[in-house]
Amino acid sequence: MGQIILQDVTKQFGTVEVIKPLDLDIQDGEFVVFVGPSGCGKSTLLRLIAGLEDVTSGTILIDGQDATLTPPAKRRLAMVFQSYALYPHMSVAKNIAFPLRMAGLPRAEIDKKVKAAAATLNLTDYLDRRPGQLSGGQRQRVAIGRAIVREPAAFLFDEPLSNLDAALRVNMRLEISELHNQLQTTMIYVTHDQVEAMTMADKIVVLSAGRIEQVGSPLELYRAPKNTFVAGFIGSPKMNFIDGRDAQEAGAAQIGIRPEHLRLSMEEGKWSGLVTVSEHLGSDTFLHVNVDGVGTLTARSDGEFGVRHGDRVHLTPIEERIHRFDADGKAI
Amino acid sequence: MARAIPTRQKIVMSVIAWAIAFLIFFPILWTILTSFKTEAEAVATPPSFLFFDWTLENYVTVQERSNYFRHFMNSVIISLGSTVAGLVIAIPAAWSMAFVPAKRTKDILMWMLSTKMLPAVGVLIPIYLIFRDTGLLDTRLGLVIVLTMINLPIIVWMLFTYFREIPGDILEAARMDGATLRSEILYVLVPMAVPGIASTLLLNIILAWNEAFWTLNLTAARSAPLTAFIASYSSPEGLFYAKLSAASTMAIAPILILGWFSQKQLVRGLTFGAVK
Amino acid sequence: MATQHSRAAARLMMTPAVILLLLWMIVPLSMTLYFSFLRYNLLMPGMEEWIGFMNYEFFLTDPAFFAALTNTLLLVGGVLLITIVGGVLLALLLDQPIFGQGIVRILVIAPFFVMPTVSALVWKNMFMNPVSGLFAWIAKGFGLQPVDFFAEIPLLSIILIVAWQWLPFATLILLTALQSLDSEQLEAAEMDGAPPLSRFRSIILPHLARAITVVILIQTIFLLSVFAEILVTTNGGPGYATTNITFLVYAQSLLQFDVGGGSAGGIVAVILANIVAIFLMRMIGKNLDI
Repeated sequence: MGQIILQDVTKQFGTVEVIKPLDLDIQDGEFVVFVGPSGCGKSTLLRLIAGLEDVTSGTILIDGQDATLTPPAKRRLAMVFQSYALYPHMSVAKNIAFPLRMAGLPRAEIDKKVKAAAATLNLTDYLDRRPGQLSGGQRQRVAIGRAIVREPAAFLFDEPLSNLDAALRVNMRLEISELHNQLQTTMIYVTHDQVEAMTMADKIVVLSAGRIEQVGSPLELYRAPKNTFVAGFIGSPKMNFIDGRDAQEAGAAQIGIRPEHLRLSMEEGKWSGLVTVSEHLGSDTFLHVNVDGVGTLTARSDGEFGVRHGDRVHLTPIEERIHRFDADGKAI
Repeated sequence: MARAIPTRQKIVMSVIAWAIAFLIFFPILWTILTSFKTEAEAVATPPSFLFFDWTLENYVTVQERSNYFRHFMNSVIISLGSTVAGLVIAIPAAWSMAFVPAKRTKDILMWMLSTKMLPAVGVLIPIYLIFRDTGLLDTRLGLVIVLTMINLPIIVWMLFTYFREIPGDILEAARMDGATLRSEILYVLVPMAVPGIASTLLLNIILAWNEAFWTLNLTAARSAPLTAFIASYSSPEGLFYAKLSAASTMAIAPILILGWFSQKQLVRGLTFGAVK
Repeated sequence: MATQHSRAAARLMMTPAVILLLLWMIVPLSMTLYFSFLRYNLLMPGMEEWIGFMNYEFFLTDPAFFAALTNTLLLVGGVLLITIVGGVLLALLLDQPIFGQGIVRILVIAPFFVMPTVSALVWKNMFMNPVSGLFAWIAKGFGLQPVDFFAEIPLLSIILIVAWQWLPFATLILLTALQSLDSEQLEAAEMDGAPPLSRFRSIILPHLARAITVVILIQTIFLLSVFAEILVTTNGGPGYATTNITFLVYAQSLLQFDVGGGSAGGIVAVILANIVAIFLMRMIGKNLDI
C-alpha cells in the first residue's frame, strides 16, 4: 500500500514561506511527478513527505495513518537522491543490503534479496565493487536497488537523472517506468524537466513559488492548462502567447497557441511574417517567425518543410486549439 | 602552466634551502649524534661530528637509571587515552554541529575555542587541590582527564571541519534506509570520516605527548610521562650531555616519526580548517 | 535544515562536550576566584580567612608582577615577530622549485615535534653553555668571548628557544597558504609589469593575511602559557628576568604554597588573556567561515 495524503501542509524556513498551504492526494500505485522551475519548492515538498524536514503546519497521512511526526526511518518510504547518496565505503552489495541490515533481517534472507535486486537491475557483476568504481548509470541503479529491496510503501525520487548525460537519461527514464509497471508501487518523482514529467507520470503536479498550479494527467495538462504558467511550462517548444487585438477578438486578455497547432502555408493565412530561424530536427522543423504586429511565434512543421531564414510564411491557428486566458492569467 | 625554471636558479635556491633546513634541524641531529658518544667525547673541544666511537651505552644507562620504559608507557597511555576519550566525546558533538547546524553553532564553536585561551595557571590551584583530595594527583587517570579537557576544543573543531565535507545526503539516505542515529554515526559517518578522524587522532596524540604544563605540575615519579622525565635532567644530570641526549632522543623519536607522517593534516588541524 | 527529531538529537549529542567544558571552565575558575579573596597558605592549614582584595593588592604592587608582565609581552611579541617574518621568508623559499623539497620540508618541520623540555635542555646545555656549548666553541673559533646566554641575555635566550620550536609551525602554515595561491594571478601581475617586490606586497602578502592571522592566534594561545622552557632552564631567574605571568603564578602557589596570592595572580592572568582573546577572536571570527 502506498497512499499518501497531504492536508493543508505548509513549510517555512525562518520567515520565508517555501510551501504555501496545499492539499494533495496520491493514490496507491500512482506515478506522480512534481515538476516546476528551480526554487518552486518541489524538492522541499518531497523532503516533507520523506520526513527529512518537518512540516510547519498541516498533516501528512500515509496509508490513512498520521505520519506527520513519524521519523523518516519509520515511514516505510525509500528515496533515491539526486547525488545517489551511495555509501562510498561499502561495496554495491553492502549498499543494497544496508536497509535490510538496519531492519534486522537474517543474513540469508538479505543475501537472497540483494541477489534478486541485483539481477533485476543488471548489477550482478558489480556486487563487489565500490560506488567510486561505477559509471553514473550504474550508480543510479545501485541507488534504485537500495530502494527496492526494502519493498517500501512508496518510492521518492529527487531529480534522479539530472547527473546523467542525455542518452543515458532516456534509458534510465524507460527503466524507471518499466520498474513502476513491474512493481506497481507508488512513486513520487521530482524533476524540473517537463519532458520527464510528460513521459513518465500518471499524474503531474505543477508547482510554482510553493503553490500547486495544477494537478492532472499529462494530457489533461497539455489540453487544458488552468493558467498561463502551466500552459507555458508544459509542452515543448513552449506555447506562444499573444495579447492585444488578436486576444480581444477571441474575448480574452491573452491567448495561447502551441507551435504544433499553427498551420503553416506559403500562400495565405491569418498571420504572416518572416522566418528568423528555422531549426531542422529531421522529424520536425521548428520555425521562429517574426509576425507583423504580433511578435515572434514558434511554429512546428514536418521535417522536410523547406524554408530558410528570410522566407515569408503564413500561419493560421487551429481554432479549437486556442487557449484563452483572463487578465490574471487564468484559463477561460 | 608551469614554466621551465632555469637550472642554475634551481640549484642556487636548493643550496640555500638545504642550508637553512640543515641549520633548523641541526639541534635535533646534534642531539641524536651526541647520544651515541661517550661523555668525554660529548664535551670534547673541538667537538667531533661523525668520527667518534659510536656507543649505545648511554641508552642502556638511561633505561637502567631512570626507567625510561616506564615513562614511555606513561606517555603512551596518557596521550592515547586522552585523545580517544576526547574523540568519543567530540564525535557526537561534531556530528551535531556539522549536520544539524543551528543559529548558535558558531557561537558554541567560538566559545569552545575561547576555553583554549583560558590560561592554565588560572585553574592550576583548584585542579591541584581537587586532585590532591581525590587521589588523582600523580596518576595517569588524572592526566588523561586534564588533557582530554585541554584538547577537546581542538578535537571538536578538527572533526567539525572534516565532517562538514561529507555530503549530508548520505546521512539522510541512511535515515531513509531505517538507520537509527547510532547506526547512522557508527556505520555511515565514522567509516566515511576515517581519514579525518585518523589525522585528528594523530595530531592530538602529538599535542598530548608534548604537553608540558600539566604533566610537570600534576605528576611525580609514579605517573610522570616523558616530558617530566626529561625535566629531571635539568640539573645536575644535564651536564652529562651524552645521557641527556640519549634520553631526549628516546623521548622525541616516536613523535617525530608520527609527526612527519601527519604534517599535511597538522596544518589543517591546528588552523581549525582555516588553512588547507 | 532538519527536523525536530534531529534537532533534539543534536542537542543531546552536543551536551556531553558542552557540559564537560563548562565544568572544566567554571568549577576551577570560581574556586580560583574564591581563593583569591582568602589568606590561604598550604603550609598553614586551617588558618584561611577572608581578606578581600589584599591578595590582589600584593600581587599587583609586587615589582615581580610588572617584570612578569613585561617579560610575557616581550616573549610573545618576540617569538611572534621572529616566527612570522622568518616563516614568510622560509615559506617563500620552500615554495620555489628545489631539489628534494619533501626532505627539506621534513627537516624544517621537525622542531615542532620536539617536546618543550627536551628542546630547552638541549639548547641550554649543548648549545648555550658558556663553557662546553657549541656556541661557545664557535665564538672561541672566531676569537670572541663566549656569551653566557642565561646570565647575560636570559630572556632573549628563551625567546630564541621558543622561536625555534614555533618557526616550523608558522612556516608550514604559511607555505600551505602560499601553495593555494593561484599562480595565474602572479603571472598576470608579471604580465602587467609588476616587479617582484610589488608582486609580493600587492598579491602574496594579502593572500597570506588570513594564514598570518591564524598563526598569530594559535601561537599566542600557546605562547602566553610558556612554562616548561622556563622551568628547566632558568627557573624564572636570574631575579625575575625570565619570569612570565604563568611562571610567577606557579612559583607563588606551588613553590611558596601561597594559594591566595597565587589565585589572585591566576585571575589577573585570566583577565589579561581575555583582553588578548577578545582581539584575537574578533580577528579570527572574521577570518573563519562557518
